[in-house]
Amino acid sequence: MLNGLEPGGVWVYAEQGTDGIRPVVCELLGQAVRLAGELEQTVTAVLVGGTEEQAASLATCGADRILLAEVPDEALPDERTHTEVLERLAEKYQPAILLLGATAFGRSLAPRLAARLGTGLTADCTGLEIDPETGLLRQTRPAFGGNLMATIVCPERTPQMATVRPKVFPMPVPSLNREVRVIRERIDATEHCFEFLERLPSADETDIGAADVLVSIGQGIGGAENIALAEKLARRLGGTLSSSRPLVDSGVMPYVRQVGQTGKTVAPKLYLALGISGAIQHMAGVAAKTIVAVNTDPDAPIFGYAHYAIRCDCGSFLRALLEKD
Amino acid sequence: MKIHVCVKQVPASNETLLDPVTHTIIREGTQSILNPFDAYAVEEAVRIKARCGGTVTAFTMGIPAAEGILRRVIAVGADDAVLLTDRAFAGSDTLATARTLAAAIRKKGMPDLILCGKMATDGDTAQVGPMLAECLSIPHISDVAEIESVNEEKCTVRKMTDDGYVRLEVRLPALLTVLKEINIPRLPSVSGVLRGEKAGVGRMTREDLGIDPETTGLKGSATRVVSTERPVPARETVWIEGTPEAQAGQLKALLREEKIC
Repeated sequence: MLNGLEPGGVWVYAEQGTDGIRPVVCELLGQAVRLAGELEQTVTAVLVGGTEEQAASLATCGADRILLAEVPDEALPDERTHTEVLERLAEKYQPAILLLGATAFGRSLAPRLAARLGTGLTADCTGLEIDPETGLLRQTRPAFGGNLMATIVCPERTPQMATVRPKVFPMPVPSLNREVRVIRERIDATEHCFEFLERLPSADETDIGAADVLVSIGQGIGGAENIALAEKLARRLGGTLSSSRPLVDSGVMPYVRQVGQTGKTVAPKLYLALGISGAIQHMAGVAAKTIVAVNTDPDAPIFGYAHYAIRCDCGSFLRALLEKD
Repeated sequence: MKIHVCVKQVPASNETLLDPVTHTIIREGTQSILNPFDAYAVEEAVRIKARCGGTVTAFTMGIPAAEGILRRVIAVGADDAVLLTDRAFAGSDTLATARTLAAAIRKKGMPDLILCGKMATDGDTAQVGPMLAECLSIPHISDVAEIESVNEEKCTVRKMTDDGYVRLEVRLPALLTVLKEINIPRLPSVSGVLRGEKAGVGRMTREDLGIDPETTGLKGSATRVVSTERPVPARETVWIEGTPEAQAGQLKALLREEKIC
């Protein structure tokens, strides 16, 4: 027993952004509770630099214990520093499983850490199960642009590491008044990837990955007037405007709004595709609960993915939709 | 400035990969291309070379036919290329791939800068770049949108993060993975294509690299694919017919029913 923490257990890396702990951390804790339950092990959240208050919020999401690594303040989390911190903690406490959010930072940190620990890493898992016979983590992920689901295990090395995209798993129901057990670890990390210079004011800081409703436009949207209508609809639905690749390539939409394999992966509740043909490379980035497609071409591949298919030109449909109410 | 670029051969389309009857992957006859993200890395390397002088060397690990993409990379301005090919490399996961690339890069001499595409379009993992940097014990910056300045000691980059863009300075040698917004890759010229065809492409095997067979290929991979299957088909498509007004009204009712809006 080390500080009351037995070896093994399911760990979740508690990534912080400019607004504090990222929501995906809580989503992962929800899964960690389920996996740890099957393994009869505990759930640990690892917070690198953070407060007691933040630690308490992690307990609410299901963490039994919080490892709070004390590091000097960072303007931006550094992959090498966090690799060093997590390596030391993993060596000391020997977790069985380590889950990270597949955010831009998580996707940059996790591989570096896996290489340091000499263990396997599965990116962008959409399913995590414990194999009842071996106790190994069965990690399911899409491959080949979503054409194939592969199930992967890491049988001989630990921790078994996986990243999961935000919004793939639901937020767990918060359990209040849980006992918080915080273990502080002081780690003097010496390695850095970069020197932070400045944060740049961006013309467009929209995070389409965080939106619950996306109104997404493609080449078939039909002109600036319709784009304005689509934007109006997005606002009315409390959503965000996104785009497929051709409109980004032609400079109509900024890259931060691009959905798809070469853009962002999104998982909104509603994906309303306006004039998007639905090539596999685009759909590989869409993991929506409900997909609505509006297109004039009845053979557009998007209709094969859509839950609701509407054969109509985007302008007429948008005007009709915005008029009612 | 000594620049290395790591590239990958990927299938031209993800669609033709599955046999509709047996659901197995069809590799034969599938057209292969340079991973689209790697084209940005190659272009950036060639542009830095034009500004600062130096050499650009491309590396890939793959089957002998992957030599084709290396010739293409030479056609757009790389000086030379190395193909890591050996049956012993087959079945490598991302970490085994990174280890093998790291051994080759060490063998050829550490460069000032290593550029990689953000990810490959077949595996979609974005893991090999950061893993390679770790294997070489050098810093890495992922999702680089712009290289503002670079010399043999350091470089300044603009990077896309989850919370907008930042400017960072990184000491060299370092590895950068680049986004598609970093540049518009050039097409090869006729003389470039000819140069690519004539160029000698170096080959390295496991023995040439002098690495333990336990560290590469399937044997050196910590992960195992235990099963593959076709994704569960999406639910049935419901067609909403009628005038635009009728369609709009029906959709609203359905979304309300689903408690979406």
